[in-house]
Amino acid sequence: MKLNKIFKNTLLVISAGIILTACATKKEVSTTKEAPKKEEPKKEEVTKIEKIAGQMQGDVYVGTDSVKYLADGVADRVFFATNESILTTASRETLRAQAAWLRENSNITIVLEGHADERGTREYNLALGERRANSAKDYLMTYGISSDRITVISYGKERPVDSGSNPLAWSKNRRSVTVKAN
Amino acid sequence: MLKKIVFSIILFFPINALALIEVDITRGNLDPLPLAVSPLSIDEVSRKKFEQILENENIGSEISLIVENNLRTSGLFNPLDKNAFLQAPEIANLKPRFEDWNLIKAQALITGKVNFVNDKLRVEFRLWDVLAAKEMMALAFTTVPTNWRRVGHIISDKVYERLTGEKGYFDTRIIYVAEEGPKTLRIKKLAIMDQDGANNKFLTLGNELVLTPRFNPTSQMVTYLSYFKNMPRVYLLDIETGTQEVVGDFPGMTFAPRFSPDGKKIIMSFAKDGKSDIYTMNLENRLVERITNHPSIDTSPSYSPDGKYITFNSDRSGYQQIYVMRSDGSNVRRISFGNGLYGTPVWSPRGDLIAFTKLHKGKFYIGVMRTDGKGERLLTENYYQEAPSWSPNGRVLIFYRETKTNSKGEGFSAKLWSIDLTGYNERLIKTETDASDPSWSSLLSN
Repeated sequence: MKLNKIFKNTLLVISAGIILTACATKKEVSTTKEAPKKEEPKKEEVTKIEKIAGQMQGDVYVGTDSVKYLADGVADRVFFATNESILTTASRETLRAQAAWLRENSNITIVLEGHADERGTREYNLALGERRANSAKDYLMTYGISSDRITVISYGKERPVDSGSNPLAWSKNRRSVTVKAN
Repeated sequence: MLKKIVFSIILFFPINALALIEVDITRGNLDPLPLAVSPLSIDEVSRKKFEQILENENIGSEISLIVENNLRTSGLFNPLDKNAFLQAPEIANLKPRFEDWNLIKAQALITGKVNFVNDKLRVEFRLWDVLAAKEMMALAFTTVPTNWRRVGHIISDKVYERLTGEKGYFDTRIIYVAEEGPKTLRIKKLAIMDQDGANNKFLTLGNELVLTPRFNPTSQMVTYLSYFKNMPRVYLLDIETGTQEVVGDFPGMTFAPRFSPDGKKIIMSFAKDGKSDIYTMNLENRLVERITNHPSIDTSPSYSPDGKYITFNSDRSGYQQIYVMRSDGSNVRRISFGNGLYGTPVWSPRGDLIAFTKLHKGKFYIGVMRTDGKGERLLTENYYQEAPSWSPNGRVLIFYRETKTNSKGEGFSAKLWSIDLTGYNERLIKTETDASDPSWSSLLSN
């Protein structure tokens, strides 16, 4: 749904851009200097929106802005859709890489930190963060990581990584982060 | 400061006359009653004594200002401009010239007198019906001088009760979370203040994250969530002694605590393995009882005032909705069926309503519904607001509101607000820092 909306917006902006360009071309006859000025910001907007669309799939964040790494190529976090704690295909891939790395480094224990975005009530979000971190925990366990090595903590909406009030920021904040505990 | 202080109250005259003044409390601030709060008169010796002790130039005027401010913020009264008063305070307190007060359109008049007696503060006040030219009430209080603000609040409560027929809510305190710092790394401290924002005091240092403090309705105890040692747990804090202890021995996160109406139990959520259920702990025998057992998230429990029912938040239907069950966990039924998500249900101290937060189409609402879920009324809409807490008389809700940030993530703030049950009289409650998670105490006196 969200993707559709963003896609539509992108289309709208692109078509607006085309119309503007068309106008500009007409105007160019009278004022050559003004035309490129009007064109430029529109172009920027198009690329910006495409970038956002590229960073989200549905309303799940797929970019790498806030991601850190447990080891070479092993991302530390997975992202969730609004109100969801289901792991996406990309999240499962990330967690399998984490599990492989944890199997190789069997002395390492981890904390799974579950988070929610700011668009929910505080107490429900605490529970939701716990549920998200447990989704990650369950998956790591099916790939051979003992529950003894995993601690779960929920921060609800208390520790966002992005302080923005917009869909992209919220998508970065709906996350479970795997942190080395020792 | 936090010690319980005994007020000696002397009734001068029996109150049995039928109230002639009527305040319409069903409509909020549409037609507030005009009244005059005459500064309390004070003799020169007493004034100097109190100036010495309290560093307060004229405690008589100060107390009357507290009364005036309380009555104004209730939205039900319109205290008139003191510059228009014709009669001097000391004479008015003896025998008001009612025609003078009638002239400025005051329907009620409050007068009084302050004395320094045996190192104590003695305050008497009288409430007059101007139109009927009659005294409605006369009371005197004796207390330690440092308690002078509370005297103002108690007078306000007495006047409010006499004129509306309902208990007041002015001699109360609010516990809340004081916030500072960037949104990504907020520093949060427990703080407490008088209902009017005075006497603000921080109860924790901000070393660990603290959330959702709630008053015990019967004592000076508070329950809250602390991330002490990075383990989110429900704690119990005695605000008189400062002692605190963890509640129960749970192998995971406990959160969303609240007291039972008799103050003897704490009800809360316990989260484990991705599911949150509701538990109670009896504070006398420390017994823990499980109330719900469901794979969903069950949280934000709140007792009915008779202790027989619990309202709570659950996503067992797929999304956050409000439910009611018996206090033993039986007979669970969903009561919210409107469009959108519902959270933070809180049972009114009067028992007839449940206040809640609603999220619908990207907006947050504070609203009330009857306990069967019918008669939903949304009182206020905003970008983000939640966590209503009732005034002890069930007439006013206090909650917090957060602002939307700009594209750079700037411009964030969190503030406390109050609104009448009627949906009128929305007010910002001034706090020294940003603030959230307010909880209203019971009346401190009587």
